[in-house]
Amino acid sequence: MKHFDVLVIGGGHAGAEAAHAAARMGANTALVTMTLSGIGIMSCNPAIGGLGKGHLVREIDAMDGVMGKVADKAGIQFRLLNRRKGPAVQGPRAQADRAIYQREMLAATLAQPNLTVVEGEVVDLKMTGTQVTGVELADGTLIDCTTVVLTTGTFLRGIIHIGEEKRSGGRMGDKASVRLAERIDSFGLPLGRLKTGTPPRLDTRTINWSILEEQQGDDDPAFFSFETTQLFARQVSCGITHTNERTHEIISKNLSRSAMYGGHIDGTGPRYCPSIEDKVVRFADKSSHQVFLEPESLTGNTVYPNGISTSLPVDVQHDYIHSIVGLEEAVILQPGYAIEYDYVDPRALDASLQLRATSHLFLAGQINGTTGYEEAAAQGMVAGLNAACLAQGRDPVHFGRATSYIGVMIDDLTTRGVTEPYRMFTSRAEFRLSLRADNADQRLTPRAIELGVVSEGRRRLFEAKRDALEAGYQAMTREKYSPKQITAAGIAVKEDGTRRTPYQLLAFPDVQFSDVIRVQPDLDTIDPPIQIQLARDALYANYIDRQQKDIDRLQKDEAHVIPDGFVYAGISGLSNELTSKLERIRPSNLAQAARVEGMTPAALALLLAKLRQHKKKSA
Amino acid sequence: MDTIFALATAQGRAGVAVVRVSGPSAHHAGRMLCGALPDASCFAVRAVRSGDELLDRALVLTFAAPHSFTGEDVIELHLHGSIAILQRVLSVLGEIEGLRLAEPGEFTRRALENGKMDLAQVEGLADLIDAETEFQRAQAMQTVEGALSKVVEDWRARLIHAASLLEVTIDFADEDVPVDVAPEVVDLLAEVILQASDEVSRSYVAERVRSGFEVAIVGLPNAGKSTLLNALAGRDAAITSEFAGTTRDVIEVRMDLDGLPVTFLDTAGLRDSDDHVEAIGIERAIARARTADLRVFLTDDMSALPLTPLPQDIVVAPKADLRSDGTGVSGVTGAGVTDLVQAVKAVFSDKVAHAGLTSRARHRTSLQSAVAALETAQDLVKQGPEVYDLAAEELRIAIRSLEFLVGRIDVENLLDEIFSSFCLGK
Repeated sequence: MKHFDVLVIGGGHAGAEAAHAAARMGANTALVTMTLSGIGIMSCNPAIGGLGKGHLVREIDAMDGVMGKVADKAGIQFRLLNRRKGPAVQGPRAQADRAIYQREMLAATLAQPNLTVVEGEVVDLKMTGTQVTGVELADGTLIDCTTVVLTTGTFLRGIIHIGEEKRSGGRMGDKASVRLAERIDSFGLPLGRLKTGTPPRLDTRTINWSILEEQQGDDDPAFFSFETTQLFARQVSCGITHTNERTHEIISKNLSRSAMYGGHIDGTGPRYCPSIEDKVVRFADKSSHQVFLEPESLTGNTVYPNGISTSLPVDVQHDYIHSIVGLEEAVILQPGYAIEYDYVDPRALDASLQLRATSHLFLAGQINGTTGYEEAAAQGMVAGLNAACLAQGRDPVHFGRATSYIGVMIDDLTTRGVTEPYRMFTSRAEFRLSLRADNADQRLTPRAIELGVVSEGRRRLFEAKRDALEAGYQAMTREKYSPKQITAAGIAVKEDGTRRTPYQLLAFPDVQFSDVIRVQPDLDTIDPPIQIQLARDALYANYIDRQQKDIDRLQKDEAHVIPDGFVYAGISGLSNELTSKLERIRPSNLAQAARVEGMTPAALALLLAKLRQHKKKSA
Repeated sequence: MDTIFALATAQGRAGVAVVRVSGPSAHHAGRMLCGALPDASCFAVRAVRSGDELLDRALVLTFAAPHSFTGEDVIELHLHGSIAILQRVLSVLGEIEGLRLAEPGEFTRRALENGKMDLAQVEGLADLIDAETEFQRAQAMQTVEGALSKVVEDWRARLIHAASLLEVTIDFADEDVPVDVAPEVVDLLAEVILQASDEVSRSYVAERVRSGFEVAIVGLPNAGKSTLLNALAGRDAAITSEFAGTTRDVIEVRMDLDGLPVTFLDTAGLRDSDDHVEAIGIERAIARARTADLRVFLTDDMSALPLTPLPQDIVVAPKADLRSDGTGVSGVTGAGVTDLVQAVKAVFSDKVAHAGLTSRARHRTSLQSAVAALETAQDLVKQGPEVYDLAAEELRIAIRSLEFLVGRIDVENLLDEIFSSFCLGK
């Protein structure tokens, strides 16, 4: 019988990244997918990145993951969001050609050493007690493995709604696997129900592009991968149109026929990505909403109208689409639909995304209550790395809130759970000014090198950049200049007698690198990309020093480890509600406990006192 | 968890003495001493016995968790305040399995840990127990009732709202986000800045209510300052003699002026002196008088003194007993003393009317750093969306400062800080 260290179920964004990560760790890895063509499929909008999401992709890339590299190859329009704002809140985003993305992801997956792709449907997990030890395929094949990463998206009781019609299934065309779902049920995991929607897809040849506003990409594209230096695909524009009062009238009149409003769906949808029905009802005073027309590929004819996802019946979809300027004649290639599904409350997972109650089983992606390709891929990477660690007897790889968006997400999920599909935002990261898309490599690649998951080329590239940054920093902090010298170079500073280094000058928002070269001409020899990076670091230097104090404080709280099996019940003074929350979430340290919803300072104090007692007793 | 007990009232003979027992075995202990206990939240008179021996008759109060001061099961025995009775009752309690004498501050600590009070409230409780005057009591009570926490929570809510407005423009930049949020954010920040800075300035008054107002009595040597102080104190607090320059150190007398805590300072007479020791005393007197909240100048010739009175200071002629015009004050006869006390009270009553909700340096520091961050944030917001990332960061710093104040974060430091500075024995 075959045996693998790590077996990944599902070839979506979480599954692919998990399989690659485990394989890079040197684990003998299998990726089981229903079809090869399902690998890297983009089932929602044809775009990668964005605010917070772009940060995640950069972080995946900093660990030498696949998403960033593939997205760069498939990118047909690159835009750096918030370009005019500070670098900490800039997020790279790209329209991706769906076909190229799938093709490149499949190619990368097949080319990855240590990784075997198995086409088949997993129908059951093999168990030894509460430990997973293998899987069974639909054709009866048994595969033994040490760890399993389950990334099956919306397959748990997934129901698709188009108006009053409904049918069971994951994405359009996929079948939901009943036995596997029953097996998951048997673990008694806490489940919740969520919903999400998609818009009708349109035929590009039937859209009147000539009268629509055009949105172009950036002239100097910001790529996802630190290794990418050039465009691969032809670049295109998107179109912009708007809904109008006529559109809203059609939708209002037919609300009772919408799956979401007709009472057919109980799941909670995302507040930040509402259906057009939601928008019309909740923002009744707005007579128009923006719609982005995003081409799904260079070769096909499908257009994704971003902003009008729906669960109305097909005939109503036709009517409201045709009420929109430029879409009067548009042909719907595939109607919009809503899907509701069960997710596993991620508080049942530990920080490595392993289920607490069922050992050697890891969950990643939408099944954990998240939404988005990037969130899924990042979790996949965490689960893949940790599944490999467990199989190889190595210590788990933990991502902290202070060093990565990945850490923020894992911590949010496993300690706070979700109430709506979880999406990354920059505002979720309290150390946002340090966790930038531009320095993801500086933050994470050293750890990746330690783990041995980066290629030789990547390591050399990283080390050269790190050395250049260090040399540049030294050159910029070596000498201090008087206000007089600085003013003479054309930079306005207060005559306060304070001498400043060029690095300190760069912290003034209006000072450019070219300005400080006039103060210290030899800085001209620093490579332009390194100049840009130094300027970004310098801009936030004052804040980062201050944040360091918060980080230290967080790490101090994180150092108060709550031992496995710590008993909350019977701690007098903890409310029953809080006790049961803590029992369920099982925070691994005091910092995590502090973020548990409903936690009070008094309860935390009590916990700390108990932990100290506990330590004394065991010492 | 242990069940703890202690004498809750002062040591020594008294009409009534209260013994408090708190913890899981509290009711059990109560039954062992008193038989059937009154229902929870009720009281009854019971015979307190050790075996067959009657120790006392006491009023017994029963509290059931979480409805008690500590949040645990509690019994209170209101005994006769005899030292002998108390010794017996405490030793009988100590023999019961699972009971031990409480450590200093342990009841309050349990109340904090059981979520019955927040940090600011605990500090208020310490002040309440220490309160000597009516204004101190009222102020501490306000804190115990959570007045400060309420105000800070309200600011925090408004700042979080302001932060959310900024974050919308950052995190949803690629979507249809409306309008210019700057005016609303600036308004929200301005409100909190105004109120928080006001609280900072009023906290100095509150601190005075807690620690006492200082009134320095200044004048030439032998102006009768010490005699006046003794008259105010009603006893010989300061050494008085015929010889000028007797008072070399600063002598303090603490008084309750109708609820206002006031400390009168008797300072060395202000004159040029060749005596080295006296010169040091004079220097110290001047420094102390400057930092006092109010100065009473006992003189009829201001030009002879090296200090100038501030607008609210009181200037009064000395030695009324030796004058014939009926003006001035005299510590010897008591003439004019009542008027002087009224004048002093008038100055402070006016101030106290504006006392803030907090009197602690810890609170003030947090408020000040929040205000500073908010002011920077406000400037940044006015500069435009290009620096909203920095504005949001300043706002976050401000919110953290406020959270620190009410004890939401940084548990360990906060705890260490409280339990090290917490006045023990409550």
